Amino acid sequence: MCLAIPAKIISISNETAIAEIGDVKREISLMLLPEAEVNDYVLIHAGYAIQKIDEDEANKTLELLKQMDEFYNNSGTLEE
Amino acid sequence: MKFITEFRDSNLAESIIKLLRKEAYPNSNLMEFCGGHTVAIFRSGIREVVPKNVKMLSGPGCPVCVTSNSDIDKAGKVVRYPDVILTTFGDMMKVPGSYDSLYDLRAKGYDIRVVYSTIDALKIAEENKNKKIVFFGIGFETTAPTIAASIIEAKRRNINNYFVISVLKLTIPAIKKLLSLGEVKVNGIIGPGHVSTITGANDWKFLPDEYKIPCVLTGFEPLDILLGIKSLLDMIKQNKQELVTEYLRSVKPEGNIIAKEMIEKVFIVDDSDWRGFNVIEKSGLKISKEFEEFDAEKVFDLKTEPSIKNCGCKCDEVLRGIISPVECSLFREVCNPENPLGPCMVSSEGACAAYYNYYVE
Amino acid sequence: MAKKILLSYGSGGVMMHRFINDVIQKKFSNPLLDKLNDQSVFNIEKHRLAFSTDSYVVDPIFFPGGNIGDLAINGTINDLVMCGAKPLYLSVGFIIEEGFDIDSFEVIIDSMSNCAKKAGVNIITGDTKVVQSGKADKIFINTSGIGILENDLNISGDNAKPGDKVIISGTIGDHGMAVLTKREGIMIDSDIKSDTMALNRLVEKMLIHTDKIHAMRDPTRGGVATTLNEIANQSDVGITIYEKNLPIRENVKAACEMLGFDPLYVANEGKLIAFVEPDIAESLVEVMRSTDEGKDACIIGEVIKEYPKKVILKTSIGGSRVVSMLTGEQLPRIC
Repeated sequence: MCLAIPAKIISISNETAIAEIGDVKREISLMLLPEAEVNDYVLIHAGYAIQKIDEDEANKTLELLKQMDEFYNNSGTLEE
Repeated sequence: MKFITEFRDSNLAESIIKLLRKEAYPNSNLMEFCGGHTVAIFRSGIREVVPKNVKMLSGPGCPVCVTSNSDIDKAGKVVRYPDVILTTFGDMMKVPGSYDSLYDLRAKGYDIRVVYSTIDALKIAEENKNKKIVFFGIGFETTAPTIAASIIEAKRRNINNYFVISVLKLTIPAIKKLLSLGEVKVNGIIGPGHVSTITGANDWKFLPDEYKIPCVLTGFEPLDILLGIKSLLDMIKQNKQELVTEYLRSVKPEGNIIAKEMIEKVFIVDDSDWRGFNVIEKSGLKISKEFEEFDAEKVFDLKTEPSIKNCGCKCDEVLRGIISPVECSLFREVCNPENPLGPCMVSSEGACAAYYNYYVE
Repeated sequence: MAKKILLSYGSGGVMMHRFINDVIQKKFSNPLLDKLNDQSVFNIEKHRLAFSTDSYVVDPIFFPGGNIGDLAINGTINDLVMCGAKPLYLSVGFIIEEGFDIDSFEVIIDSMSNCAKKAGVNIITGDTKVVQSGKADKIFINTSGIGILENDLNISGDNAKPGDKVIISGTIGDHGMAVLTKREGIMIDSDIKSDTMALNRLVEKMLIHTDKIHAMRDPTRGGVATTLNEIANQSDVGITIYEKNLPIRENVKAACEMLGFDPLYVANEGKLIAFVEPDIAESLVEVMRSTDEGKDACIIGEVIKEYPKKVILKTSIGGSRVVSMLTGEQLPRIC
């Protein structure tokens, strides 16, 4: 229901920041996430940063996915 | 695109799909509450790859779809005041109210502008001091704090020509209402990843605790959704009712506390009229007394006539998950995105539009 | 139909097609017009000629990678060459708003002159009107063009055949996102540039290589999705495309993610989609890639017998979905 995407903060001035996805930049507000710092990845919804993205957790999720992939490739080959 | 591309990896997706298909899961109805999930599921073709005995139901989680005609009519009324510029998210433009959509009104010459953010609406207010800028505020808990922030900012910067019509809604009372109606059997719920980014995961414990339904809070990329579906089906198979957060990179147990405080500061919880459910107790956000100078409903007379319902439209039942869009007799021939009769066809993330645009018959 | 003309009647999607079919085509109907191609091909004595017209009303008139003048020349040239014609002559009509800056006007006509020279066509007639301030938005340009067919090919939107491969000449969505990111209320900063360019040199090379091209069209307003749907309808065939194969620049992808846009519906001004016999598809792509205009060319799908008049996208995770024609215009969304 709510479109939000991860972007990297590249500069901050007061409660306003420039966030970047690829090389696409837009001014965003940090009013809802004042603790954000330059180089943080944040989730942006309607022009506001709403949460910091936790890189460790992202990697854990990806790791879980890769384990499932390996599990499948090791066990699934028998019946194909 | 970091944190996006990795979660679209087609090889990993393929393995999970095969794992899903290999496991014998019981017949299950999974409901994705959130319209964003509905669209993501259709766009990536997930419906087709899940096991055949798993049915995906779409819930009422599209703020455009559940906005009632009478609320849309308020926007139609405010533009008729002199010197008003109505600003809104693009999503609302095509929704038919009782009489006109905002699109129709713009064609008639009213000044209606699409913005990406309330930041942009505030800019328009600052650049047009002799006009009254009204923001049509729709959305759920994710969007509510961005609108609250714009009102706080307007007060701080003495922008006194900025007003908000708040038709913001809260998702949890709607889910409770849906489940208590008991019209549809739901074995597992895919919870809204971005709403819970604000509310926190803890707010969703009521699903396993009170309703004995497993719930997974997940993101919107194909791998997130597949992982969420797998996690739900595993719980169903093991007869476990738990809350699992798959979207841990964004969803914290307590959510975004500052955003929640802003919602509390600017809004009061009130009853709200939902399309499909009528009035749900304590499910809407109205602007509090402290900020009433920004409340368009206090500044303008926006009382509307009782709304007119489009005849034959079954969006109500679609929103409650009772019927699938293709079961509505108006679907496709009479009601389609060019000529939508109901909001589920208008909104890009409405279930009817998703079926119309993406569904391979 | 609503009593007023809505913006979406001109946005290239379903509403525009319906408006053209129900209101305009009905009055003017004749066999050439009724083919509904972007150009018409007809015989005068021994010569086969192609004729096309287009009006340009872009906002903003200057955008990264070009201006309204580039579009006006390249767009009409491209409409001509999509049937295999060699463009010869153009006309230009200006409608200018009183008070429009002369310097800006000169920049625009310099661009037009350069584009025409580059493509090897001459502008041989024109018209200029100035209207009161507020009666037009800065400048509108109409161009018409005449080309000659030096072959007897039937390259037409109704001629795609099951088995044909679908080739695109390069990345999609560049023009639309370049323009959109400069609009009021969006405020996105990026290095996305419009892809506006004339495709006559590219098509010339393609036609030297093969006579097995069945249909070609430039996916402008309404984007690739709308063009594919047009061809599927006109030829009464189904079309399958593969998500994995769609060439999209990273920055265009990112801007689309931010605004909730689908790049398949975003306009292009320097791309073509060709429907060709399968045995020459790969060698044709090689030929295209040897040119500047077609350096990112690739095969994105094929024409099928099943699903007539429908476009099916195979998603990267192995599912499939319908790609329908654009309805209304795409708007930035939060949901």
